[in-house]
Amino acid sequence: MPAVSKGDGMRGLAVFISDIRNCKSKEAEIKRINKELANIRSKFKGDKALDGYSKKKYVCKLLFIFLLGHDIDFGHMEAVNLLSSNKYTEKQIGYLFISVLVNSNSELIRLINNAIKNDLSSRNPTFMCLALHCIANVGSREMAEAFAGEIPRILVAGDTMDSVKQSAALCLLRLYKTCPDLVLMGEWTSRVVHLLNDQHMGVVTAAISLITCLSQKNPDEFKTCVSLAVSRLSRIVSSASTDLQDYTYYFVPAPWLSCKLLRLLQCYPPPEDGAVKGRLVECLETILNKAQEPPKSKKVQHSNAKNAILFEAIALIIHYDSEPNLLVRACNQLGQFLQHRETNLRYLALESMCTLASSEFSHEAVKTHIETVINALKTERDVSVRQRAADLLYAMCDRSNAKQIVAEMLSYLETADYSIREEMVLKVAILAEKYAVDYSWYVDTILNLIRIAGDYVSEEVWYRVIQIVINRDDVQGYAAKTVFEALQAPACHENMVKVGGYILGEFGNLIAGDPRSSPLVQFNLLHSKFHLCSVPTRALLLSAYIKFINLFPETKSTIQEVLRCDSQIRNSDVELQQRAVEYLKLSSIASTDVLATVLEEMPPFPERESSILAKLKKKKGPGAVSVELEDGKREGGELNGGGERGDTPAMSASNASTPSPSADLLGLRPAPAVGSAPPSVGSLLVDVFSEGPAAATAGVNDDGFLSSAPPPAVSEEPAPPLPEAEDLLNKFVCKNNGVLFENQLLQIGIKSEYRQNLGRMYLFFGNKTSVQFVSFSTAVSCPGELPTQLNLQTKTVEPLIEGGAQVQQVVNIECLTDFIDAPLLNIKFRYGGALQNITLKLPVTINKFFQPTEMLSQEFFQRWKQLSQPQQEAQKIFKSGHGIDTEVVKAKLLGLGTALLENVDPNPENFVCAGVIQTKGQQVGCLLRLEPNAQAQMYRLTLRSSKDTVSKRICDLLAEQF
Amino acid sequence: MIKAILIFNNHGKPRLSKFYEHYSEDTEQQIIRETFHLVSKRDENVCNFLEGGILIGGSDNKLIYRHYATLYFVFCVDSSESELGILDLIQVFVETLDKCFENVCELDLIFHVDKVHNILGEMVMGGMVLETNMNEIITQVDSQNKMEKSEYPVTAQGFIPRASCSKLAGLMLKEPLLSVSYVWPSVIPVTFEQLSSHIYIN
Repeated sequence: MPAVSKGDGMRGLAVFISDIRNCKSKEAEIKRINKELANIRSKFKGDKALDGYSKKKYVCKLLFIFLLGHDIDFGHMEAVNLLSSNKYTEKQIGYLFISVLVNSNSELIRLINNAIKNDLSSRNPTFMCLALHCIANVGSREMAEAFAGEIPRILVAGDTMDSVKQSAALCLLRLYKTCPDLVLMGEWTSRVVHLLNDQHMGVVTAAISLITCLSQKNPDEFKTCVSLAVSRLSRIVSSASTDLQDYTYYFVPAPWLSCKLLRLLQCYPPPEDGAVKGRLVECLETILNKAQEPPKSKKVQHSNAKNAILFEAIALIIHYDSEPNLLVRACNQLGQFLQHRETNLRYLALESMCTLASSEFSHEAVKTHIETVINALKTERDVSVRQRAADLLYAMCDRSNAKQIVAEMLSYLETADYSIREEMVLKVAILAEKYAVDYSWYVDTILNLIRIAGDYVSEEVWYRVIQIVINRDDVQGYAAKTVFEALQAPACHENMVKVGGYILGEFGNLIAGDPRSSPLVQFNLLHSKFHLCSVPTRALLLSAYIKFINLFPETKSTIQEVLRCDSQIRNSDVELQQRAVEYLKLSSIASTDVLATVLEEMPPFPERESSILAKLKKKKGPGAVSVELEDGKREGGELNGGGERGDTPAMSASNASTPSPSADLLGLRPAPAVGSAPPSVGSLLVDVFSEGPAAATAGVNDDGFLSSAPPPAVSEEPAPPLPEAEDLLNKFVCKNNGVLFENQLLQIGIKSEYRQNLGRMYLFFGNKTSVQFVSFSTAVSCPGELPTQLNLQTKTVEPLIEGGAQVQQVVNIECLTDFIDAPLLNIKFRYGGALQNITLKLPVTINKFFQPTEMLSQEFFQRWKQLSQPQQEAQKIFKSGHGIDTEVVKAKLLGLGTALLENVDPNPENFVCAGVIQTKGQQVGCLLRLEPNAQAQMYRLTLRSSKDTVSKRICDLLAEQF
Repeated sequence: MIKAILIFNNHGKPRLSKFYEHYSEDTEQQIIRETFHLVSKRDENVCNFLEGGILIGGSDNKLIYRHYATLYFVFCVDSSESELGILDLIQVFVETLDKCFENVCELDLIFHVDKVHNILGEMVMGGMVLETNMNEIITQVDSQNKMEKSEYPVTAQGFIPRASCSKLAGLMLKEPLLSVSYVWPSVIPVTFEQLSSHIYIN
């Protein structure tokens, strides 16, 4: 008998759907829908009370309209009403509507929660399941607060029906995922693990998802699940295909559950208990053996299910990485799949082999499949599969096959899908660097890369090739020759011009002996590209030109001519103009010796992890490239080996000082600071001057003797925070705008705005004097644990503030989790000759991320009671600083960011507030009560929140405000 | 975890959408369009997995889909799910629909979207799999139907929506999803294209 009889249902609904389907145009459809919406609205608003059936019908229509892509902004209330119906069908439609359409609309959630509460206590399993479904589907924090205590009880109670247990397990999982802080571990946890032994396979299926998630977060508490999972798995694997009856799927016993059991085991290391381990190895062998048996059915579903288990078993073997025997078998099995006629299997085999390639035991075995994989890259019709092939090639690459693989990837790049080109470029660049034995090959590869896919070559890639060329003197001549040749092409990519400009500027002299690449030829070649390039590239070229003057005095007059022409010296771009002016001046004033010192060859870069690797990691997420990380450690430095060469003074200055663009290039310096270097992105060469144009100008102005310029301001350590920094910070707890700091020289104003867990702060630095500040720099830093809690980003400011002028700096703030310390703002500049070095606390406090929450008295006290654990509360009693003025207090509390709740506290003198702190990771609800005592001029302040650190911090901050 | 389950037809008309993570209504519609765009341009006989679109989380998520007659069934899942396992799950879902509706076709999904949601709800809850045993699922659905019948005996009078649709448009939509070969040939018959140009097919 078909389970759904087609004759029943709602006639009106069917008519409506038919009408819509008969519409001949989109306009007609919209017209019909609007008519229906108006009709439903009037029915809902009408005086006549609707019966349950009509309500159900209209709610169903709304659902259908929603599915067609129209916004539904009413009907929620009617749906909620349906929840309290005692008819199953009405209740069910109500829940369906809410699951599909309601998200945390706070007013409704309360009503919904009430209905759910009734259904959960109804003892009617169907109703209970509906309610649990609803919680699992909406999964809001309010629901978690209301039910996180109740669900575990239902889950482990002895008299709960199987179907309810299943729903309860997944419902709890959902709540745990949304609000792990509200699901408290307890006596139920041990009983949950034993659900793996449950008679009912459906219960096991649902429970295992819950257990897997809990094990990932608390591996030790759930360790016992390993042996239980192994024995369950063993029973399934060894059962005949008919034993499990309904859970046998196309002759495969319980494939879904087997997969999930194997996944659960991947949360843990291999079992220590010998017997358990033996049993597990036996299971894995059986699964591998079954793959070789003839199929019991020709249906694709049969092989699918069988292989699903097989792939999970292989994943577990790879995860353990301890049984060479099994690893080799797994590798052979995957090798078979690589050539299977089913595309799905080829895809999965490529994917699994990627992880296998990183295992010591099987790396060699994987490598034997290289031809097949290269072939897949070339011939697969499906881009998904080709991408997996490229991933695998990357993973299996080592010194022995690097040249072949890089060549294949390069040739694939010419035809690769646009969507994966950038990633491919990064991979080629990384492999070329990691396995370069001779560096001319490396340089060739990267230049090829730029030629083939210039648009996809990110800055990191060309920064990196320059770093390497600078650090390896054996490749410099070759690099100069190769870029020179590459630049001969009539159309070459701008990235090529950048690399070419930089390398010729540094090492052009190495090829200048050849008349075909004489200094003037080199210069003319570069300059022929100049006009086609963007501003940053032109800036870089200008720097290359000044370097030419030093390398080849004979080019001086030509280059000065170029610098002097209006298009340079009066360029509308301030950076280009400044460079032209300064370089021209420098070349005409400074003696050859000074030039030689200032324009000395770039010192070697310090050794760092490749920033390309960092970029790839960012693109693919941390897990995807963990293999490379280790490899990087093992093999890193071979290329950059020269990093320890004697540091020149210029070098140490540019290193110890600011993370100027060149330092960014080197990647992973944990530098929250902002530098003082000029904000020109492509201006690598400028770092030769180490303190930037400002210092150069100063030097020239003094006596034309650049090298005696004062040591750069920026090499000073930031000063410790001012003693009054904490007080200054407190001024801003309840306000966002104002003057943060002021002395005779400098005024710092602040404007800030916050939304959810994000904030933006504008800092205004005003020069109160009539003399300019030079070498002005600011740095924002996060002390202690703060970098993991707050994410701050700033751009550099101009290094020069004219007298009476003001510069602005923007700080973007992201709150990752709650925090206590404030970030530090360090300001350095020279006024006259004296260095000013000031450190302040940036007024970013946790309360800035408050979202006000309105609630009624009853709800407030209900929540207040829920937060009754001692550590959730923080309290302070303190004397009023400025007398008690109700309006002032109110303004401050509003400034704090909370909602001020009226008519909540029975004592009208008291103030009650509520708000939610929004961080990236979680939301922390906070309740506040402030009780003034006018007679004693005292306050009592009580904070309750779900997180003890938050309660305490806000209490501390606020207590300073009155 | 399953992030979303989408069913749409060969023209991208959504027939069911269920999101297990919260997105705004606008984003949901965009995700459906993006997914249709990604899936529909793929040939038949290529693999059933691809990286998710940008809106649904990019390469951290996979789209696992199957094409039955006029409908695409797409599950968007994260890396904790077995790809082949999800393919099996889709098959169980469709076979269950087939049992419940007796030779299920696109029209059944159009007229009984609430029922389809119910059936799905017996399999997947909050993005996790609740039950994979088809008989168990059908038993649950059956008992719900019995309750429905007992509550509304009157409405069960011979209105058969399937017959009410335009005959021309219906031809295609009545194509049973499960037939001997479950893959609809990639070439859409010419007649259908002609029809759709003057009849707006939902």
